[in-house]
Amino acid sequence: MAKVRGTIVVDIEKCKGCEICVGACPTSVISMSTEVNAKGYQYAYLNDPDGCTGCTNCAIVCPDGVITVYRAKVK
Amino acid sequence: MADQILNKELIKPENLVYKKTKILNDNVMHYCPGCGHGTAHRLIAEVIEEMDIQSDVIGIAPVGCSVLMYNYFNIDMQEASHGRAPAVATGVKRLWPDKTVFTYQGDGDLAAIGTAETIHACNRGENITIFFINNGIYGMTGGQMAPTTLEGMKSSTTPYGRNIAMMGNPLKITELVAQLPGTCYVTRQAVHTPSSVRKTKKAIRKALEYQKKNIGTSFIEVVSNCNSGWKMPPVQANEWMEENMFPFFQLGDIKVPEED
Repeated sequence: MAKVRGTIVVDIEKCKGCEICVGACPTSVISMSTEVNAKGYQYAYLNDPDGCTGCTNCAIVCPDGVITVYRAKVK
Repeated sequence: MADQILNKELIKPENLVYKKTKILNDNVMHYCPGCGHGTAHRLIAEVIEEMDIQSDVIGIAPVGCSVLMYNYFNIDMQEASHGRAPAVATGVKRLWPDKTVFTYQGDGDLAAIGTAETIHACNRGENITIFFINNGIYGMTGGQMAPTTLEGMKSSTTPYGRNIAMMGNPLKITELVAQLPGTCYVTRQAVHTPSSVRKTKKAIRKALEYQKKNIGTSFIEVVSNCNSGWKMPPVQANEWMEENMFPFFQLGDIKVPEED
């Protein structure tokens, strides 16, 4: 059966670390980094390559629009 | 960790499903982390892109946190004095009846100093769209009490909570304008969860489409958070908003045109 896999690309320097995407992720695969960006915010990142389905929930709740989502069917 | 992007093989143009709209430029928004203004801006921009009206839309910026919103949109925008955005929008729309004109205002702008302009623009049934961001507080000036501050809610000018006997009742201006015959579409939405964001986007699309039909003012209230003003982290502020704001400011359509 074809499986849907996705990935997100976070614009790290524009992420303000509000963590709203973390709660919006249905598969709980977004975490906050331990490192900080140039403004001192901990930024969001994808922590599990298999968990992301590319549902775009994180991207549409992101107040700063820093998340880009890709999705593809893989066999 | 900065280069830790997983599933790199998926990053191809044909797999792209979501990207920030080109109607918003690359400037970093000045809003606090987690502020609903950013989401509301993006939804308006996405609807403008989907309707393909970038060159035919004129926005009116308010005074408040979103006073600099014209820095983020790749559309024509005009700044109005405090509370007077509906009056400016009236003038713009009457000079350019074919353009899509919207105002974007906070609760201090629309429901306090701009009450008269708001009510009269809605009562005249100007064919404009008003976006009203309600976070129950004056965010930009330091978290003072606004007309929409809830009973018992703490702000910098009501440190013991809003006392109804002394400071009056919170104002439901959205229900107020829904009573006016000039409004065609009045709704209250939120932008804190994926489902609420999707509903709000549909409402924005409807409002801009009703404007093209020339049937009156469309008015969208977006209940939002102000985590800095409420002195909470963003996620906690959204939970507080669900528990306290939504019972008073109930989400949903308040008035829809009769043909629907």
